[in-house]
Amino acid sequence: MADNHTIEPQVLPPNPEKATLEGRNKYLGFWFFLGGETVLFGSLFGTYLGLRGGTADGPGPSDLFHVDLVFIMTMLLLTSSLTSVFAIINMKRGNYKGLLLWMTATVVLGLAFLGFEIYEFYEYNHQGLGFGVSAFASAFYTLVGTHGAHVTFGVSWITVLLIRYRKSGLTLTNAPKFYTAVLYWHFIDVVWVFIFTVVYLLGIGG
Amino acid sequence: MDPHADPSAPLQGEPSNQTKRKLKREMRTQLVSFVLMIFITSMAFFSIASDVIPNGFAIPFILILAGLQVVLQLYFFMHMNEKGTGWVNAMIWSGLFVAALTVASLMLLIGVVKY
Amino acid sequence: MSYEKAQSKNVIWDWLTTVDHKKIGILYLAAGAFFFAVGGLEAILMRIQLMFPESSFIQAQTFNELLTMHGTTMVFLAAMPLLFGFMNYMIPLQIGARDVAFPFLNALGFWLFLFGGILLNVSWFAGGAPDAGWTAYAPLSSESPGHGLDFYVLGLQVSGIGTLIGGINFLVTVINMRAPGMSMMRMPLFTWSSFVASMLILFAFPALTIGLLLLMLERLFGATYFGVDLGGNVIIWQHLFWIFGHPEVYILILPAFGIFSEVLPTFAKKRLFGYSAMVFATLIIGFLGFMVWAHHMFTVGIGPVANAIFAVATMAIAVPTGIKIFNWLLTLWGGRIQFTTANLFALGFIPTFVMGGVTGVMLAASAADYQFHDTYFVVAHFHYVIIGGTVFGLFAGVFYWWPKIFGYRLNETLGKVFFWLFLTGFHLTFFVQHFLGLMGMQRRVASYLPGQGLDQLNFISTIGAFLMGVAFIILLVTIFTSMKNTTNVSDPWDGRTLEWTTTTPVPEYNFAQTPLVRELDAFWYEKYEGDGKMKAAEPIGDIHMPNGSILPLIIAFGLFVASFGLIYAVYPLAIVGLIISFIGMFLRSVKEDHGYHIPAEAVKRDKDGGK
Repeated sequence: MADNHTIEPQVLPPNPEKATLEGRNKYLGFWFFLGGETVLFGSLFGTYLGLRGGTADGPGPSDLFHVDLVFIMTMLLLTSSLTSVFAIINMKRGNYKGLLLWMTATVVLGLAFLGFEIYEFYEYNHQGLGFGVSAFASAFYTLVGTHGAHVTFGVSWITVLLIRYRKSGLTLTNAPKFYTAVLYWHFIDVVWVFIFTVVYLLGIGG
Repeated sequence: MDPHADPSAPLQGEPSNQTKRKLKREMRTQLVSFVLMIFITSMAFFSIASDVIPNGFAIPFILILAGLQVVLQLYFFMHMNEKGTGWVNAMIWSGLFVAALTVASLMLLIGVVKY
Repeated sequence: MSYEKAQSKNVIWDWLTTVDHKKIGILYLAAGAFFFAVGGLEAILMRIQLMFPESSFIQAQTFNELLTMHGTTMVFLAAMPLLFGFMNYMIPLQIGARDVAFPFLNALGFWLFLFGGILLNVSWFAGGAPDAGWTAYAPLSSESPGHGLDFYVLGLQVSGIGTLIGGINFLVTVINMRAPGMSMMRMPLFTWSSFVASMLILFAFPALTIGLLLLMLERLFGATYFGVDLGGNVIIWQHLFWIFGHPEVYILILPAFGIFSEVLPTFAKKRLFGYSAMVFATLIIGFLGFMVWAHHMFTVGIGPVANAIFAVATMAIAVPTGIKIFNWLLTLWGGRIQFTTANLFALGFIPTFVMGGVTGVMLAASAADYQFHDTYFVVAHFHYVIIGGTVFGLFAGVFYWWPKIFGYRLNETLGKVFFWLFLTGFHLTFFVQHFLGLMGMQRRVASYLPGQGLDQLNFISTIGAFLMGVAFIILLVTIFTSMKNTTNVSDPWDGRTLEWTTTTPVPEYNFAQTPLVRELDAFWYEKYEGDGKMKAAEPIGDIHMPNGSILPLIIAFGLFVASFGLIYAVYPLAIVGLIISFIGMFLRSVKEDHGYHIPAEAVKRDKDGGK
């Protein structure tokens, strides 16, 4: 707490996430982190693509994947991206309630996505695709599982923010936090677009 | 800004009219890009699901669609089109470049086929 | 917290909770020096074993562990942390900033590195160190019995996260925290090269993270990526390792290039020749660093066209490096050169590094590499560039910046003895290894037969290693006997850049008033065009500082505990460790900590010298 100062309300700046040096640092640092994450997922995609033929007589992509399920998951994640965009627009409008509401919607959609993913993994395991059955199985679970871990982390992160700041109103401290959480969420969606295309669609089609 | 400004004080007041107009425009752009993304995803889905389209066309086609959708996400949802994002653009594209090299080499240069 | 309360009473607690970039820099230097000594000892043990043919000083298994740990320690736990120490201390001072962008994360990065390093070295006492070489090629690493490789995987994973955090911190610091007038093209070269090295960290370390993740899942959780019987492919590991590993060697060398680019102009009393060419060359080296990793894999069999492409890309790196060498030479040209210890290391670096560069181009010829691969020729090459480049750079940096960091000047006479001994010992050790390699001596062998012409050269090489060991002891003696030279420490070398404008010891806020930068080599400009003092960019006012925190240590410690749980498959312990870490992160996220202000009166009091 700043000493000897009473709490005075402050005027809403146009970009509250970048109004302080701390906010600007956080914004830039988080983007750079996402740049690194790009390479991280690139390595996983490469590993998957290199090993996806190595099914070792176990089940392969075209035996397992159901596009309808994955299509629903994609729509869920896409919509959650839109709700988080609405959250940020509400933040910039100074409508804190709207921010919280749309963020909650994002969390709910994220949880639904995770539910589908768990069901999916359970099903594949049931059909004989154990984690160590083949190089394809390991690479598939590692890639999609790492994405799932990111979704889990994103959901938990946003939930912590929602609980911690349920009553505080928008401040110069929490604006950058919400903003970076939303960037993270969009990034998860970006990765999923590639998983949808490269793993599932190519798995079925080619 | 006042160095003693309390960073945990609630922000009050309305955004300026200029900001409001900008946000309104933004909202419209976001909705349009969302509809586009849904459209792109569905196209990719149907080009694989239907038997009419040959794979030789469908595979490059859906990869291009994926790239398009990522650009939409990055530039509209994540606001990489705004001013002052030079460093962000530099780092994300560098990351994509290194990732592309990684993917290509792990697909091709693993001793299965010699180039 | 108020200013008075923020002044810690307990020294140990103060260092454990510090978020001050200068103290973290010193912590990095101390830990790095410790691991440097450990890695050096491992090298000397190996050299004793190789002193005579068919020697039985060390068992083959122990030899494998020593060579693995020597490489891993020197790269990850000695060279990088020592560079990080200087980067932490000097980047904010050189750009006129009061702090780094993320003081808390900076501390977290240090503790992650330290616990990762400790974890790796615990393996010595837990049934055997990793033994698959620092490159840990699969399937040797994925099939290696015992827990050694598990320690390798988790130790590097933990310290790697720390490095990544540190890299992001430096990037944002340089972009967002520069003083008024300090444009990118006015930044000192050390800051520039550290900036580029941080970019390499950002894009290279994730590949290692994934490589280690795969190896961990394969060794501990029954996954299969490298097992050919189940459709795996061992080359995946080699690619991931070298996509990280090649940029890694540029991460080691670029900051050292930066140090030389500070030392040479200072002691030649001339501005750096071709500043913008230097910056450009650094960027090009950084870019090319990502294009050449497969030259480590020429003999794998990825194919002649692919080999040729990577060979040409590798040779291209000689161009920007050559630009740098010529710029350093032209900086010296016509200068009034002072042969201080720091400058001796910089001058010794130029020919030494050129030799390492030339053998690098030889190795880049992929057809010839079939002959050189995995021989002592390669060992000689990379020690010429890493010792001749990075370690010489570190020693130059030690003698150059020691007065600023520790408040006393190192004895120059002892320093010069140290330099000459080290230089002689180094060339004695590694020059002969070129010929050992060309004669067919394989690297990583624990012994060799007599009568194959390898005896004398190996003996000479070991003598050289002893000389380097003695030199290192002389450095320690220098450090401990020079403590009384406390005069003239603020600007002992007639410096050119902003770090020399601060008082020594540097106050925790670095600059009472943020300096206004008017030219490249800002301090030099004020000395010769102004009144010798930096113009202030702001009036004296309250200074905002971050509070210290114990949470970085707790978060890192949690991962340390969790690693043991994973290594020994005691999953409750792993979960406890992760919970400790997550509680630390949770507290950090939930508890808002806005730091404190140092009142303007206190800053004024410091400035007038009154206490």
